[in-house]
Amino acid sequence: MGFLGASGCGKSMTLKCIAGIERPDEGRIALDGRVLYDAAADINIPPQKRRVGYLFQNYALFPNMTVEENIGVSLHKNRDLKKEEKKNLIAEQIANLHLKGLEKRYPKQLSGGQQQRVALGRIFAYSPDIILLDEPFSALDAYLKDSLQYELFRILKEMGSSFILVSHNRDEIYKFCNDLILYEDGHTIMSGRTKEIFKNPVKKEAAKLTGCKNITRIKKINDYEALSLDWGVRLRTREKITEKTAYIGIRAHQLLSALEDKEYNTIRIKVIKQLNGPFELQLILKNASCREGSEIWWLLSGNEMDIVKKAEIPDYLYFPPEELMLLES
Amino acid sequence: MTEMLKSMDWSPLWISLKTGAAATILSFFAGIFAARLVMKAGNRTKWVLDGILTLPLVLPPTVAGFLLLLLFSLKRPFGNMLYVHFDIKFVQTWQGCVVAAAAIAFPLMYRNARAAFEQVDENLIYAGRTLGMSEMSIFWKVIIPVASPGIASGTILAFARALGEYGATAMLAGNILGKTRTIAVAIAYEVSAGNYDVAGFWVVIIVLISFFIVVCMNMAMAQGSIKSGRW
Repeated sequence: MGFLGASGCGKSMTLKCIAGIERPDEGRIALDGRVLYDAAADINIPPQKRRVGYLFQNYALFPNMTVEENIGVSLHKNRDLKKEEKKNLIAEQIANLHLKGLEKRYPKQLSGGQQQRVALGRIFAYSPDIILLDEPFSALDAYLKDSLQYELFRILKEMGSSFILVSHNRDEIYKFCNDLILYEDGHTIMSGRTKEIFKNPVKKEAAKLTGCKNITRIKKINDYEALSLDWGVRLRTREKITEKTAYIGIRAHQLLSALEDKEYNTIRIKVIKQLNGPFELQLILKNASCREGSEIWWLLSGNEMDIVKKAEIPDYLYFPPEELMLLES
Repeated sequence: MTEMLKSMDWSPLWISLKTGAAATILSFFAGIFAARLVMKAGNRTKWVLDGILTLPLVLPPTVAGFLLLLLFSLKRPFGNMLYVHFDIKFVQTWQGCVVAAAAIAFPLMYRNARAAFEQVDENLIYAGRTLGMSEMSIFWKVIIPVASPGIASGTILAFARALGEYGATAMLAGNILGKTRTIAVAIAYEVSAGNYDVAGFWVVIIVLISFFIVVCMNMAMAQGSIKSGRW
């Protein structure tokens, strides 16, 4: 499961409350039917007894302990296990996480990726009921991030652990989480299957959080037609426009070029800014025949980009009806 | 020179070292305890408590000596009670040297320990808790080792300070040769008696010891940073 929200919206705080690091003011936290916190019933299980693993942003490895000692730290007090069994458990994690040969090293002597694996091994050795991942990749550079992401989720899958991933990066969440909760100002604005929410965000804020750059206020004309108040264009939709529909959104990469003006869903464009990325082209546009209109983002990649780059930027922009998202406020 | 060395009474050196060691042990535990106490306290209590605990560092040692005398004088209830019921006497005794030196050295230990504790990454403590470690084992296995360079430097500074304490010691313990005369007290005494060469000898000794201690501290800090340092 993933938590997606802008920085500072309370995602990490929620994780800390689940782990018992912070104490919420009100409400109830339960895990698989086990109550961890209940303000009304005055229940607050200490973090030591919650069996919730927490992968910190900086991994929080104990710098005074070796890799082995870090991984075995939760086994020390466990009297049910014999010394041999503890050793085996540690060895098992070291093998699982490809840390062989690094047993006697200190965290400072490891790379970022190795440190993350040690932190995971330390959590697995404790065998918690759930693992909380607090922006696990935010501190890494892009190259390292891709391979580590893959590694981390491969390991989590192998171990069959359920996890909650907190991130402000929608790609990460989309790739690795089947279920999603969207967050704003400490409130859930939407929850459900990740793919469905990205496909049909329903609400304006949800559309924004899932990365929709273009959102316009509308005035309904009939059930399948509306006037965009921000772009000065008549939009035909595939879905039925209801009384609740207050906005229409379209993702930047789903806009298409057009050769000629049509009666609907097409505007003549004026380029405000052109941003050339290595593998994509970003155009910030305005409706040329609507002076007060607001900006429209158009993202081109692959073939489409090559055509635009080689030839000219087309005169007209088309809003495909099947890609228009009808949004409530 | 050789004449002087032959007739020297070396007792001030041993008394100084003994006093320094005992006072350091006292302030070590008191300092760590106080640091923990202050860190757990609420903000306002923290400010006031920290102020009180730091006072001996900024006040003239004679003020500490005066207050200790007030407390431990045999003519006063507390000092009298200690003497009558427990046969403990701090005025004009070696124990007095220790108490005076510990009182002056304590703030150094306390402040260094607190700074070291406060620098420990909170996430380490949280990580320990979510891994089922008890507060006690987090303190001993994580906080203390990670804070150890700071605690070590506090301990060494406290020892150096206790070793050279003069003001409070002179007031509480006095100047009894072979009993309470430390190097610092001996220097003042010899100068006032006009024995500049003996005083000078003690000055050289205490300078050498103090310098050695500070160099040791720097070495310990450099060693410590390898283990507990961050990436």
